[in-house]
Amino acid sequence: MGLVFGLSACGDSKETDSGTTDSSAAAIDCTPYTAFGDIKGKTVTIYTGIVTPEDKPHIDSYKPFETCTGATIKYEGDKAFETQVLIRAEAGNPPDLAFVPQPGLLQRLVATGKAKEAPAETAANVDKHFGKDWKAYGTVDGKFYAAPLGANVKSLVWYSPTEFKDSGYAVPTTLAELKTLSDKMVADGKKPWCAGISSGEATGWPLTDWMEDFMLRLSGPEAYDKWVSHGIPFNGPEATAALDAVGGYLKNDQYVNGGLGDVKSIAGTTFQDAGLPILDGTCSLHRQASFYAANFPKDKKVAADGDVFAFYLPGETADSKPVLGGGEFVVAFADRPEVKAFQTYLSSDTWANAKAKLSSGWVSANKGLDPNNLTNPVDKLSAEILQDPNATFRFDGSDMMPAAVGSNAFWKQTTAWITGQDTKTTLDKIEAAWPK
Amino acid sequence: MTTAAPLSTTPVSKSEGKKLSAASSAKSKLTSPWASLVAIVIAVLWTIPTFGLLVSSFRPEDQIKKTGWWTFFSDPTLTLDNYRAVFDAENGVNLADYLLNSVVITIPAVLIPLCLASLAAYAFAWMNFPGKNFLFITIFALQIVPLQVTLLPLLQLFVTMDIDGTFWTLWLSHSTFALPLAIYLLHNFIKEVPSSLIEAARIDGAGHVSIFFRVLLPLLTPALAAFGIFQFLWVWNDLLVALTFTGAPEISPMTVQLSNLSGTRGTAWYLLSAGAFVSIVIPVTVFLLLQRYFVRGLLAGSVKG
Repeated sequence: MGLVFGLSACGDSKETDSGTTDSSAAAIDCTPYTAFGDIKGKTVTIYTGIVTPEDKPHIDSYKPFETCTGATIKYEGDKAFETQVLIRAEAGNPPDLAFVPQPGLLQRLVATGKAKEAPAETAANVDKHFGKDWKAYGTVDGKFYAAPLGANVKSLVWYSPTEFKDSGYAVPTTLAELKTLSDKMVADGKKPWCAGISSGEATGWPLTDWMEDFMLRLSGPEAYDKWVSHGIPFNGPEATAALDAVGGYLKNDQYVNGGLGDVKSIAGTTFQDAGLPILDGTCSLHRQASFYAANFPKDKKVAADGDVFAFYLPGETADSKPVLGGGEFVVAFADRPEVKAFQTYLSSDTWANAKAKLSSGWVSANKGLDPNNLTNPVDKLSAEILQDPNATFRFDGSDMMPAAVGSNAFWKQTTAWITGQDTKTTLDKIEAAWPK
Repeated sequence: MTTAAPLSTTPVSKSEGKKLSAASSAKSKLTSPWASLVAIVIAVLWTIPTFGLLVSSFRPEDQIKKTGWWTFFSDPTLTLDNYRAVFDAENGVNLADYLLNSVVITIPAVLIPLCLASLAAYAFAWMNFPGKNFLFITIFALQIVPLQVTLLPLLQLFVTMDIDGTFWTLWLSHSTFALPLAIYLLHNFIKEVPSSLIEAARIDGAGHVSIFFRVLLPLLTPALAAFGIFQFLWVWNDLLVALTFTGAPEISPMTVQLSNLSGTRGTAWYLLSAGAFVSIVIPVTVFLLLQRYFVRGLLAGSVKG
């Protein structure tokens, strides 16, 4: 405890320093949080994988809570979060709150026995502001632990609005139209698609997103859920159809790899670089999540009338709107009043809107979030996709599969697949890697 | 007498001649212009990546992302934006704070094992106490324990001792990880000091304390400096131990922030070259200042005597 006080002293001086420069800390209604008792002078520690530059809007969005309750929030971002949080939980040194980006990791944290169930007030907020699918991802063994925080939409295709206007292309609304558009671009002498899957140890993950998107579109959400939980085999007809459909784009010499090389260059291109040829006009389409917006140089305008923008990767029909995405969940390792109060704040629409005004490249599935508060056009698009009543949200499947598959065999085998291995061998090998 | 003298000298001169010829042939091989050329080529080849990093750190963001550093020569554009970004406390990280943390972590983490290890090495070399050999072998054997297996138990220990999240965790853990090798290296060095020197000091009435401080410590300086540099570089560049034990941004070293610098999804990786250069400035300076000792200390153990 002495340690916590010592650190909070440091945190205090920092907070007041930056507090003087920040005037956006709008006053909020404090009653839901003071209901937990007087928490003035108390400290809540947060541990997360969200680091610079995305951490700044997070820290700033806590200001209204800090101002009205007098509590201090201490934020620690760490890219090694996913391994370190388990070590800390097991060693008995966990933070008060952790932002967990994967339901699978949440389950492992709950299994350490150190995680605390979410307070009733937080659960009420989640019932009010989030869809059932989101609440289910924060629930382990029937107990609700973690409220959703941020979200990202993966079902997006990046394109150049200028090119579309000049060449008379229209944004496709069905998968068939997407194919027609690609063929039209080929007829115009272009290589329409660019892709890259290199990402250090995680090389291959963009392909898992491609396959999940097509699984969701071709076989529907029910089959997708079964596939993720291994209710149907990984190498069944549904998965084969999905991966072959991906191959129709990415293993098609006429379609790829715009501005980067041939099909094999997909494996060697980093995912960060893969969409940049759109800016040079050597590539027209790039499927990547909403966070990719941050990858374009700052002097390029990311907007519907700018240098680059994204459209929703269409479903089979114009009415079906399956959305593949990800998000973070707030899990608590302490049940002190200040922690509960802050948990409740984070699950509220008050916070979602405060955060929206401050950040760029962030969106939440919180239904209380007013899309007009989002400044970034891509975020606005993502929020609209998430809040669409026809939308069916599904969490990134590889994040929920066992680690031996989701962050190992799935990545490695799809990488082998893009460099020449056939679909059947690929899926058979992933199926074989599933823990018995 | 006349027959004995050549007998005793011949083998000596023979072996000396052999030594000389080996040494001189090595010398002539090493000083040949071709060897120098090869050495220069190797040195240049090994410096190229670092040089590329330096060039990259001054290039603008979109150029780093799209082209290799060598295109700098055909299209030279310089900017200090990357360095400005890594020292920008308002919109990201200010590496200067963490540079200071690294210094605060590294200096005690070098001094603690040096002090303890030199004392222990003296005891193992020149003192007699029961179980000495067994203890020495145990310490020697501890070198083969990979430090990764100790991380979780150590963290649990620090939590029960209530020092988690303080600099003590890093000072203590780096010291314990360094001690086996330090004791072993310094022991070998101290053991090679001629016993006559120690005996002479003892006859003059010196106890263990004055022998250690007045006789051995001056002789030990190169060895201490050599191990000091090793330990300094190791602690300075360590990421794993720091990641596991720090648990608060106030005390995390440079390496932890450097690994976070590229952003949550690696979108700001162009900052890494500038960040990397900030982080190697101090070790490079230390190395250049102390490199005389570094080479001397490495050779000292085997050549002395």
